[in-house]
Amino acid sequence: MAIPYSTKVMQHFLHPKNLGKIKNADGIGKVGNLRCGDVMWLYIKVGKNKSSKEIIKDIKFETFGCVAALATSSVITELAKGKTLDQALKINRSKIVKNLGGLPLIKIHCSVLAVDALEEAVYDYLKKNKKEISPDLQKKHEIILKSKEVIEDRYHDWTDLEEKLHQKND
Amino acid sequence: MSKSKKTVYLDYAATTPVHPQALRAMLPYFSTQFGNSMSLYNMGREARSVLEKSRQQIAKIISVKPSGIIFTGSATESNNLAIKGVALANKDRGRHIIISSIEHPCIMQSADFLEKHAGFTVTRLKVDKFGLINPNDVAKAITKQTTLVSIMHASNEIGTIEPISKIGKICHDKDVLFHTDASQTFGKLPINANRMEVDLLTASSHKIYGPKGAAFLYVRPGTKIQPILHGGSHEFGLRPSTVNIPAIVGFAKAATICAKQMAIEGTRLASLRDKLVKDILTKIPHSRLNGHPKLRLANNANISFDFVEGESIILSLDVLGIAASTGSACSSDKLEPSHVLLAIGLRHEQAHGSLRLTLGRQTKKEDIDYVLKALPKIIKNLRAISPFKI
Repeated sequence: MAIPYSTKVMQHFLHPKNLGKIKNADGIGKVGNLRCGDVMWLYIKVGKNKSSKEIIKDIKFETFGCVAALATSSVITELAKGKTLDQALKINRSKIVKNLGGLPLIKIHCSVLAVDALEEAVYDYLKKNKKEISPDLQKKHEIILKSKEVIEDRYHDWTDLEEKLHQKND
Repeated sequence: MSKSKKTVYLDYAATTPVHPQALRAMLPYFSTQFGNSMSLYNMGREARSVLEKSRQQIAKIISVKPSGIIFTGSATESNNLAIKGVALANKDRGRHIIISSIEHPCIMQSADFLEKHAGFTVTRLKVDKFGLINPNDVAKAITKQTTLVSIMHASNEIGTIEPISKIGKICHDKDVLFHTDASQTFGKLPINANRMEVDLLTASSHKIYGPKGAAFLYVRPGTKIQPILHGGSHEFGLRPSTVNIPAIVGFAKAATICAKQMAIEGTRLASLRDKLVKDILTKIPHSRLNGHPKLRLANNANISFDFVEGESIILSLDVLGIAASTGSACSSDKLEPSHVLLAIGLRHEQAHGSLRLTLGRQTKKEDIDYVLKALPKIIKNLRAISPFKI
């Protein structure tokens, strides 16, 4: 099936922003899409701004997926970088789609994946640092967690390989 | 988005350009000789005469009598006619048909239709890891209720060539009709309908350098079949519709050319394809060939790359002017990976990273070299983005 992508989507796909891993990340969001099988890992480093509010100081991603999945990953890192945690959690799927100059209907779920990944990364940070988690974020986390089990089962061969390699490198 | 003006078309299993000679043969039938083959006056008779000439040319290629060739508008239509037309016409004998689990969607869904709306039972035979049907499984699946078996000649996705003659013999021993979808083999492999013991056979024009909009269903004379379209006596009453003379003329011409060049072109393509596959598997770690290593179409290469997704590969290749296709869920309108790749035992994520390259008339060694230069870099880049790494 031919899927027409916007110029913006293709730009992000061909030249992704904030690509890679953050060593000693403060928060990591690992999510997967149950239907199409795409997987997105998002890393954040949290810092403080001038009014000493917590902000996303650095953000990077690794994604296994289609053009839309890669482009949404790239654009959400751009949108979230430098934002306070509260602002970052307000980034929703329509904002991502708008910033990409639109997405084909069948690919909207990719933008949902990016939002989930960012929320999970923030959740991970708050949880690790024993900070307050809003009921809304807690609820979203629980929903994501359920599908995550299925995805992790699906990819365990590859993640095992990944872990083994890490152990080798460490 | 194209950085390069170079175009390397490697999707010949999807469609092919019309052969210049086929195009030339067609042209008069659009304008000066535009008659309806059913009309009584001279122009109609001329149309009728060129239609019958085309029928003879096509029939000769599969060694059958012209009266068995029913021209249709597409392979999808031919397959629909074969499955529904035979199943419904023979429903008093039984309501069980057998297909493989790797058929083209038009066979799969025609069978689904019979199951859902006409009280049929469908057996979908499993294939082995190469995509091969075991003829013994066909024998075992046939019951007293079985009227039709339909197994494709070769897979459009993974290129595996099925043991059609053996299956044909089994069907005939058990008095069951046998259909094969030869869309990917007609004009590429020698076909003798009698020797292969097929009763019905589908072939398409646009896969072999003919125009789109023409195909045929071979129906062995005497086979009980009913039309799926109603409203005229065209094509022996089996396909009412004004006959698409220009497309059929182009189809017959293209088929005649392909049949003549079959052996030489097949050898040439197989040697290019072998180099392509060998070098990809050597240059790119964690890659594997899908389909049978030997029993496969000369022009087909289907390879899976771990840790990356197919649509991303396709659009990265597209930027460099290379046209190819994938069985990834992301490229399907149902977000499901190819049923063929799943049927040969690939896991969901392995089907995700599949790439099909199909060669054809215009493919040169330089094109293969160009792909071999571009592809390792693309896979490397996409793997750098992927959380799964090697």
